[in-house]
Amino acid sequence: MVTSITSLGRSGLSDWLLQRVSACIMTLYVLFIVGYLMLNPGLQFADWQALHGSLPMRMFSLMTVLSLAAHSWIGMWCVFTDYVTVRLIGPKATAVRIFFQLMMIAVTLLYTIWAIDILWGI
Amino acid sequence: MLTVSIYRYNPEADDEPYMQDFEVDTQGKDVMVLDVLEKLKVEDPTLVYRRSCREGVCGSDGMNMSGKNGLACITPLSQAVKNNKLIIRPLPGLPVIRDLVIDMGQFYAQYEKIQPYMINNSPAPAIERLQSQEERAKLDGLYECILCACCSTACPSFWWNPDKFIGPSGLLQAYRFLADSRDTATEERLAKLDDPFSVFRCHGIMNCVQVCPKGLNPTRAIGHIRNMLIRSAT
Repeated sequence: MVTSITSLGRSGLSDWLLQRVSACIMTLYVLFIVGYLMLNPGLQFADWQALHGSLPMRMFSLMTVLSLAAHSWIGMWCVFTDYVTVRLIGPKATAVRIFFQLMMIAVTLLYTIWAIDILWGI
Repeated sequence: MLTVSIYRYNPEADDEPYMQDFEVDTQGKDVMVLDVLEKLKVEDPTLVYRRSCREGVCGSDGMNMSGKNGLACITPLSQAVKNNKLIIRPLPGLPVIRDLVIDMGQFYAQYEKIQPYMINNSPAPAIERLQSQEERAKLDGLYECILCACCSTACPSFWWNPDKFIGPSGLLQAYRFLADSRDTATEERLAKLDDPFSVFRCHGIMNCVQVCPKGLNPTRAIGHIRNMLIRSAT
């Protein structure tokens, strides 16, 4: 089979593993944030800023952002290759699918860079 | 009286498919769906469907009965009739040739891809290639597949990419040879399954397990293939 050039890992196995690992990281992050908010009911802005200003938290947040980017890339790529196909929507599908895939990649990269800028701007 | 609604399409006479209703007197008996079709076939000889062994062995009469794929010969009315109505359609996702008969070319093309035969280039022993009882036991739940296509045509991933995703039936068969101690082409077989479609389009929704008339578990076999790929690639 021709290698997919718009999938994240170029391999089904690598995408599959990345999807699972990124899901675990995002779950841990959500659990941590929810737990933190529940344990700190009278949270002030300064506390919140101090939390997110620390290097370990920035790294944890960055890992989550990268996980989200990878996870959504793989997921959206699957959706486009399932539904935007010649079989389902006709001969224009290839051009439409490439457009959607490139847009998705561009948006994912933009959000990731923006998130890094926010995290290191705290 | 039981109302039986059947998908009809004769490409030589019909512009598009339609559903035709029949009234059938089953005399209160819980007969098989195939028995009802046989009765209707006598009344209307233009009704077309595949059948052969009529006992769940040949896999010819796979069809969609009231929304669920299965073999008409071993599906009793009590399982398929809802509100005194039986709706029969061809297996979904593959082209219809006529009425309940589908073109299974794509299904068999995927089966062919996995090389469904033993590969062992070592010299053949005098009598036979022996297996231990444990090695043979690994093939249970795999070799029983009759290729009826109920599972693959119940799988949305196969509907969307029948030319790229091997489908639950083909993958069950792929694992049948990967798990066979007498086969020596494990690495070559695995190397052909690493792309994003062949195996990894399975998202584990288990429609295949729900409909398999032989009670097999393709999702579990796909999980085993994935584990073998991970062992091989890490």
